[in-house]
Amino acid sequence: MIYGVYIVSKSGGLIFNLDHNVPKIENEQTFSYPLDLKLIYENKSVKVSFGQRDGIMVGHVLTALNSIPVTGKQLDDGRDALQIIENKDNYPLRLKFGRPKMTTNEKIFLASMFYPLFAIASQLSPEPKSSGIEVLEADTFKLHCFQTLTGVKFMVVAEPTQTGIEALLKKIYELYADFALKNPFYDLEMPIRCELFDTHLQALLEQMEKSGISNV
Amino acid sequence: MTIHNLYIFNRNGILLYYCEWNRLKQSGITKEEEAKLMYGMLFSIKSFVTKISPLDTNKGFLCYKTSKYALHYFETPTGLKFVLNTDTGAQNIRDFLQQIYIQVYVEYIVKNPVIDLQEPITSDLFKQKLDAFVKQSPSFTSSKVTSY
Repeated sequence: MIYGVYIVSKSGGLIFNLDHNVPKIENEQTFSYPLDLKLIYENKSVKVSFGQRDGIMVGHVLTALNSIPVTGKQLDDGRDALQIIENKDNYPLRLKFGRPKMTTNEKIFLASMFYPLFAIASQLSPEPKSSGIEVLEADTFKLHCFQTLTGVKFMVVAEPTQTGIEALLKKIYELYADFALKNPFYDLEMPIRCELFDTHLQALLEQMEKSGISNV
Repeated sequence: MTIHNLYIFNRNGILLYYCEWNRLKQSGITKEEEAKLMYGMLFSIKSFVTKISPLDTNKGFLCYKTSKYALHYFETPTGLKFVLNTDTGAQNIRDFLQQIYIQVYVEYIVKNPVIDLQEPITSDLFKQKLDAFVKQSPSFTSSKVTSY
């Protein structure tokens, strides 16, 4: 399974991003007073800081209260979510928590963060002439990075068990060369907004998940 | 198969121990600066990984590979961090790091009452045991011991 594709320009800016098959993690439950989760208000959202249970994990944000959506700490009708949660008279309460979704701004921020990591990894190498990070492994995903000779980085975030990503990255590079670079309205270093590139990439990812890279 | 070097950091980012076996390229900066750079990079990678991960992470960052080496990362719940650089083909390095923690660090540092756990390690016994432990590992056996 492939979770997402990122393309970072030579200067470290995010020029393309596609979310593909990102699982949605959400949990709704009825709580009675006192609440057995510790909530804090941080980075404009109400987060769980302690007390994991029934799929609600530390770091999840409050997305709805009694089925009314919550943005930041404010309910859609203008009331303050934290005040309601503190008040004993409002219980039982139905709270919905979910893993925070990355905003576009956060994605741009993460893309520019990867750039120095890539450079430092090459500087701290114990062997001469090392490249930057090619594969970054975590317990939930594997990030594969392919840097072209011109300095553009193609990154794919996939399941740890997914194979054939190297070939996929080369294919994406091919699509980029064909549909983005040959587009006369496309400026280098600018975000890629080419419809043909989008549709071809989407088709490539779907085909890859269906029948593996060898048939693409 | 080669083991290049090992860093041990405490939870505040202080380099407790550094040791190298087969290192062909020096970074060109002092050891203290290099340790800070390494810790800063790991800290950033950790936050990068938790943010970009599509699912809830448990162990988080495990390792990364470049064209020439692989960096393996193991963190204990107490915040102690073990970082080992090997060649890209090395297997089961995570278990190996855990064994270093259990069989060498806990045995010869934690169980030594005269050692302050937040200070850089100067114990000769630890140094010898660690060196012996690394040299008997299957990842080390076929490497070029002569360059040490």
